[in-house]
Amino acid sequence: MTIMRMKPSTFLFTVFKYVVIILASIVALLPIVVCVLTAFKTTEEYNATSVLDLPASFLYFENFAVALKQANMFRGFLNTGVVLVVVLLVSIFTGSMLAYVLNRFKFKGSGVIHNLFMFAALIPGIATQVTVYQIMYSLHLINHLYGYMIVLMGTDIISIYIFLQFFENLPVSLDESAIMDGCTYFGVFFKILFPLLKPAIVTSLVLKGVGVYNEYYMSNLYLQDKNLKTISTALYTFTGPFGNQYNYICAGVLITIIPIFILFLIFQEQVYSGMASGAVKG
Amino acid sequence: MSNITAAAPKSQKSFWENMKARKGQRILVIVLFMIVPLTLLAVFTYIPFFEMIRFSFYNMKYGGQEGTWVGINNYIEVFKRSECFKSLLVSVYYMGGAVIQLALALFFATMFVFHVKGRGFFKGAMFFPYLICGIAVGFIFKFFYARGFVLDSLLQMFGMNIEDIPYWLQDQSINNISLAATSVWRYTGQNMVLFLGAMMSVDTDLYEAASLDGANKWHQFLYIILPSIKSIVVLNLILSISGSLSAFEPPYVITNGTMGTGTYFVIMNRLAHENQKVGLACAMAIVLLAIIVICTVAQNLFFKYVFNDGTEDESKAAVRAKKRAAKAAGKTGSGKGGIS
Repeated sequence: MTIMRMKPSTFLFTVFKYVVIILASIVALLPIVVCVLTAFKTTEEYNATSVLDLPASFLYFENFAVALKQANMFRGFLNTGVVLVVVLLVSIFTGSMLAYVLNRFKFKGSGVIHNLFMFAALIPGIATQVTVYQIMYSLHLINHLYGYMIVLMGTDIISIYIFLQFFENLPVSLDESAIMDGCTYFGVFFKILFPLLKPAIVTSLVLKGVGVYNEYYMSNLYLQDKNLKTISTALYTFTGPFGNQYNYICAGVLITIIPIFILFLIFQEQVYSGMASGAVKG
Repeated sequence: MSNITAAAPKSQKSFWENMKARKGQRILVIVLFMIVPLTLLAVFTYIPFFEMIRFSFYNMKYGGQEGTWVGINNYIEVFKRSECFKSLLVSVYYMGGAVIQLALALFFATMFVFHVKGRGFFKGAMFFPYLICGIAVGFIFKFFYARGFVLDSLLQMFGMNIEDIPYWLQDQSINNISLAATSVWRYTGQNMVLFLGAMMSVDTDLYEAASLDGANKWHQFLYIILPSIKSIVVLNLILSISGSLSAFEPPYVITNGTMGTGTYFVIMNRLAHENQKVGLACAMAIVLLAIIVICTVAQNLFFKYVFNDGTEDESKAAVRAKKRAAKAAGKTGSGKGGIS
């Protein structure tokens, strides 16, 4: 449809639509863009120019180097990476297996267990950490990467919830015909049902992955050793030594954002659909 | 003949064996598949949960030794102690932010339902803040709001005097609004994507048909879009209440809860890990949980009695609603009164 042939009201609506959408995008991106500008400024430049001015060169990487070194961010990435891989892998298996049992087998107490998991989802993570801390302490899980992984798996209700929802829509006839063919229950799960869970796996990878990558509170509590910092606790160390030297802080912030930005560009559609199917309820 | 009779019990036996094996297998699957998640659930959710209830009646510190029993004094203190009670009031700012955020998300999702060139870019731009970690969001906005920095420079660019610009983070009359705005910035795009997902599940022919029938955009929104997403909107509204109470990272990084900006979790964190008032922190957690449970029950009641989308089988509520509708229709003679 060309502009000439549009009704005036339609034309006005189109203009309005683009104006608000562009404004909103600017508001969403501006705080990040200013960070990008600042991260490329030398300290003298940072002190002398307005924060909105462009840096002299976008090839000045000194701030990033300082940030990486000062906050030991390589180590942070390594730790977060290991935690991410292990936690995601384990929680996909434990979550889907649990959902399979709860959805397909009715036994004494299955309803109760189901409800226990659902109620657990209501308890906000930070709230219980006061007492979880004591348990972690008595189990000697503090200051071990595996301790942090275990506690992250233990507070994982989202993926269980997603898998439960997904199983509701997988017909039981699939299981039955496989059992007729002599398949064991293990076979039914691993050979027949697990491959069908792909959309639910993507959803839980997205939601859980974002959650783990960004997790700060428990990492701060349970990984206090300097070498065990994750990316978010490494970033938090910028509150101290750099004070108001935002050219370094912005560089640090960007370093944490860049990996997730790249992943987002690649997996945009999966992220959106993961978000949508993770939230739709009832 | 004898062959056949001999074969029959044999096959029967193997059938029984099979059943036995199935039964054993069943138990094995149930136990094996559940043992890990159940252990984790017990150790990291329910034991801490019951411990929390117990501790909330004690005056105690970290590190083994039992505290002294203080009854419900901790609970009284949650409401009497000014910092705790104030933090509940601070949450009201975040709730206000949540309402604005949902309204904005709804608005922009509606915009995206119509044809937009470059939709991928704009949608991505608005959604991306959600993926940034809370600590980074904190730094970004600490910088953004700092005196003479990003926001102030922008306003000056538009001709405002620096003297007329308030201190965004120090001025106690607005600093909570500034902080709540960071939550709006962070979550609006995510809410929008959720709403858009629900809206796009509507048959697009409906929009075509509606606009052919002369329905304007507002009517399209009111009669086609809104009904399709009302349940997800209400769900998010209620979720955002517990979200408002749980706001933590941005205030923690930006102001560390000083100057009257301590949210519930910031205060709880300080009491538990800095002041070592474990009992009081536990009482705060229980109060928070009670609020969240009440919200959730309210949500379920709301879904049960207000919406009956016809997606469920005839629930009691639906039957009742239908009866009521039929009665109403019979009385007034109008066809209206059914529940969509």
